[in-house]
Amino acid sequence: MKYRITHVTRYRYSEPVSLCHNQAHLKPRSHKGQAVARDQIKIEPWPAVSREHRDFFGNRVNYFAIQQAHEVLEVTALSEVEVTPAALPPGHTTPAWEEVRDQLRHSSEQTGLHARLFALESPSAGFAPGVREYATASFRPGRPLLEGAQDLMGRIHGEFAYDPHFTTVATPLAEVMRHRRGVCQDFAHLAIACLRSLGLAARYVSGYLETLPPPGQSKLQGADASHAWFAVYLPRFGWVDFDPTNDQVPAEQHVTTAVGRDYNDVTPLKGVFYGGGEHQLEVAVDMERVADQ
Amino acid sequence: MAAKQATPIAPCETLIDHYLPAPAVCDEMRTAQGEVRSHWRYLLDVLTQLGPAGLEERKREARRLIRDNGVTYNVYGDPQGMARPWELDLIPLLLRSEEWTQIERGLMQRAELMNQLFLDLYGPQRLLKKGVLPAELVYSHPGFLLACHGIEVARDRPLVMYAVDLTRARDGQWRVLGDRTQSPSGAGYALENRVVLSRVLPSLFRDSHVHRLAGFYRAVRRAMRTLAPRRHSASRVAVLTPGPSNEAYFEHAYLANYLGYTLVQGADLSVRDGALWLKTLERLERIDVVLRRVDDIWCDPLDLRDDSLLGVPGLVQAVRSGNVTLANALGATVLEHPGLMGYLPGICRELLGEDLLLTGVQTWWCGNARQREFVLQNLERLVIKPVTLDPRRRCIFCPELDPAALTLLRDQLQAHPERFVAQEYVPLSTAPVLLGNCIEPRPTVLRSFLVAEEDGYTVMPGGLSRVAADGQTLAVSNQLGGIGKDTWVLASEPERQETLLMPGERQVPLISQESDVSSRVADNLFWIGRYAERAEGLVRMLRIIVFNLTERMSLADPSTQTGCLQYLLRALTHQTLTYPGYVGEGAEQRMADPYPEMLSLITHADRMGGLPQTLKSLCQAAWSVRDRLSMDTWRVVNDIGVQLRALTDESSTELSEVLDELDPLITALVAFSGLTDENMNHNEGWQFLEAGRRLERGVNLATLLNTTLVPVTDEPEESLIIEAVLGITDSLITYRRRYQAGTRVGALLDLVFQNESNPRSLAFQLVQLERLMRELPRTQFQMGRTHPEKLALAALTDVRLAELDILTTPLPEARMRQPLQQILQRVADGLANLSNALTALYFRHEEQPHTLLSRYGQEEP
Repeated sequence: MKYRITHVTRYRYSEPVSLCHNQAHLKPRSHKGQAVARDQIKIEPWPAVSREHRDFFGNRVNYFAIQQAHEVLEVTALSEVEVTPAALPPGHTTPAWEEVRDQLRHSSEQTGLHARLFALESPSAGFAPGVREYATASFRPGRPLLEGAQDLMGRIHGEFAYDPHFTTVATPLAEVMRHRRGVCQDFAHLAIACLRSLGLAARYVSGYLETLPPPGQSKLQGADASHAWFAVYLPRFGWVDFDPTNDQVPAEQHVTTAVGRDYNDVTPLKGVFYGGGEHQLEVAVDMERVADQ
Repeated sequence: MAAKQATPIAPCETLIDHYLPAPAVCDEMRTAQGEVRSHWRYLLDVLTQLGPAGLEERKREARRLIRDNGVTYNVYGDPQGMARPWELDLIPLLLRSEEWTQIERGLMQRAELMNQLFLDLYGPQRLLKKGVLPAELVYSHPGFLLACHGIEVARDRPLVMYAVDLTRARDGQWRVLGDRTQSPSGAGYALENRVVLSRVLPSLFRDSHVHRLAGFYRAVRRAMRTLAPRRHSASRVAVLTPGPSNEAYFEHAYLANYLGYTLVQGADLSVRDGALWLKTLERLERIDVVLRRVDDIWCDPLDLRDDSLLGVPGLVQAVRSGNVTLANALGATVLEHPGLMGYLPGICRELLGEDLLLTGVQTWWCGNARQREFVLQNLERLVIKPVTLDPRRRCIFCPELDPAALTLLRDQLQAHPERFVAQEYVPLSTAPVLLGNCIEPRPTVLRSFLVAEEDGYTVMPGGLSRVAADGQTLAVSNQLGGIGKDTWVLASEPERQETLLMPGERQVPLISQESDVSSRVADNLFWIGRYAERAEGLVRMLRIIVFNLTERMSLADPSTQTGCLQYLLRALTHQTLTYPGYVGEGAEQRMADPYPEMLSLITHADRMGGLPQTLKSLCQAAWSVRDRLSMDTWRVVNDIGVQLRALTDESSTELSEVLDELDPLITALVAFSGLTDENMNHNEGWQFLEAGRRLERGVNLATLLNTTLVPVTDEPEESLIIEAVLGITDSLITYRRRYQAGTRVGALLDLVFQNESNPRSLAFQLVQLERLMRELPRTQFQMGRTHPEKLALAALTDVRLAELDILTTPLPEARMRQPLQQILQRVADGLANLSNALTALYFRHEEQPHTLLSRYGQEEP
């Protein structure tokens, strides 16, 4: 499936901002199953400095600084991506999770070495109270890895309420656990913490999800959203994605922009600014299907 | 052992009567057989010859030097707060040259190793891929900064400054206790120890042929120069400090001064065009190298910890772009992981192809299953070090734990094994410390320092030795503390005298560092001027009031005297803004018995507007710009601090006693003014200080004249008031000489209001302010006069054009000189506006940067 994605972020400030430094994780990743045909970031007003580098996880990071006084900052990411669903091994054929855990410690090639980093706690996906117990219910001894992950995803989807008013970017996992509610970011963090508490490698995936309008209605502009889910590491295969918010194994409707230990590593847009007073934020994402030529 | 300190030390026959090292440890001075090692003999002889009285005198002298030079060390969580004096032992640690050569080789190898280790961890990670070092050990350390991975390091030298804590083990060999790679502190204290000790024991120092330290600091300057991305002579180095409340702020200011670099805080800097700039009053000045004393995770809220206010947004990006070099490189904290120690021999063979020369203490990282097993089985005899960046978390000495605490520790360790490191318990070697008039053995740690040069590392020949104050085992921590000792490496040949300013060295034009007054510095200097003048004016007024209260009571007619006093007391309240005081509610009662209120203004530590509060503000502002004040000026600031403590400590209830303490205080304040005038470069920094002083004096004068001369009084009361005003303005002698015929308000106003040559007159302050405002820096786009300039000019013109006859003539039915009141009010308002205008134009620090994150969850995805 081919998509054209327009992701607009607009900050309006009540007072002029004299200087700001920003970091964006907005360009889609190229990897097996995802080909990037276009990636462009437009910044308004014109940035005095704009640079791109690859971070530790291979994401493309765009840094830009605006050095003129401004009251509105608009960042538009334009991407064109082709997604081909990867063939996943059937869950029951994958190795037992304990076996995966034990293998991990001896992985020394690049992917495996990174996976060892993803098996450790991170600031937003740490071992909050109750996390390990929650994980154990899905990972009984000897259970194949992907079966367990699928089960965990389903339980989070069923037992946690989606509530955008309950959490912020800074809500700790313990709060999410206690109140059983949150947004995609919280569910991803929870699943990641669960897997890591068992010694498994799990990472945070940031990207987009195509939403389809109810039958018979036309799609609203800007109704799509940036989204987040998790992936678990299966040795000799690689990373397998799971979307606990929708109880879905991402196939054709998920587009990946960045991966990291948790949200903090891949914040889509982050900025430090001087001045500005109060601010208002607007985000609009459009994800259109593009017909094959 | 701790009790030893409490018991008075008995006088001893010889210096070493009490010197009985424990049999199980190595002693620096005595052999196991009890003999004094040969290289200590000369020192012992000299100290013995000095005798108890001589030693006591040298000790006093050392304490005085340390106090005068303001050598302090702040301890986190110390209720005393800032500025605790550094403690220095008179006896240096002595090391023979031959032995030092061995240590030096080991240190140089270790530095090179750490440097290579950094490059591998933040680059190809071959050590992790080969399994020489477990990936989890590195990845789980909070100091391993992913944001710094792949950043190209200037000259391949991430580790520019490096320090190692060493002690001598039982077998006589030196062992590494810990590595300091983040932003090693102590080199400044080592230098100051040397300065003090070589002054207190000059002939001993000279005859002992001690290796000099200056060469090391020259190497530091060379190193900074080679690290600059723009390699020309104008490259600029700044020392980045977290600020005055940091434990080692003294050292930051001291090193900045000694090396000739600008001391900056994060708020003084800004990243623009991908480079780092110092925001001075006029323009932005490019910074090429930062000698970093802010821990790396706090250096940039964009790429590192986003709640940091100490760093500079965009700094990591400026480093990544190669436009500025940080020393040490960001990310160096991971090298302080105590668990690395156990893997270093293997890493050394892998990276350098050599055996590790300096061995560390035996170390086990609990993240490794086998090592954890060993630790759990031997826990009760090990030392546990938590893997953390929190300096408050100390190591745990398991032999001291009770069974319950051991069980708890075991649980914690099993829950998060990768967060714990165990080490064998190494009793520290002991060295002599002078206590009373005897010497005693105390556990000692030597911190040695290295700096990277192009062809390798240079070791400081000496270092900072620390001994445990209580005689118990010294907990080796990141923080310093304990008693400091100088370290003497004894050369076989005498060395040449060296200073930083050797004629042979090509001088970096220091002129380029001249214009480096940031808003923060200017702001502080302005307030130093104001507070110093405020304190001085207050003390002068208090003295005159007390004089009137006590001395004059008997002479004059009590009612006349009381009238005069009331005016003065009101002026006191107005000047200090300590309402209600002698003006508002309850004023009558306070007038009837003025002593308690006055005593409160002089001794009450927390009273806003009172003397102690003003002095405290003065000292704090001075401390914030420590590097801008000369040694002598700083000495006076220390004196003022001592006087301040004397005022508030003693709960004296007698005003006359308190008064005795005001005399040395006024001497110190006058000395402070004189020194800033004479010893400070009259550049823009000084101009702000001077403006503060003139402005404050002007405001005080306007207030004083308004309160005392606006109401019309009759003779002889008027004469008393005029005399008091002359006393407060220190103009009595001039007045008598000029206006011999009696005392009149007109003559007084001529002298203290309109006369432009009397340094205590209002007109004089305004003339100075007008000139200063004209000379202050301005942007090139500025047309015409600045706002502060206009305000100063308006006030000056007002005073110049005033007709004294009109000012002094009261309106017919009122007993008030309204024209005088009006002009004084205008001048006072003008000066208040001037202060605000200066703040708006020069001190308006850019607002604190804010962090914004985009978020999810506006819509149902």
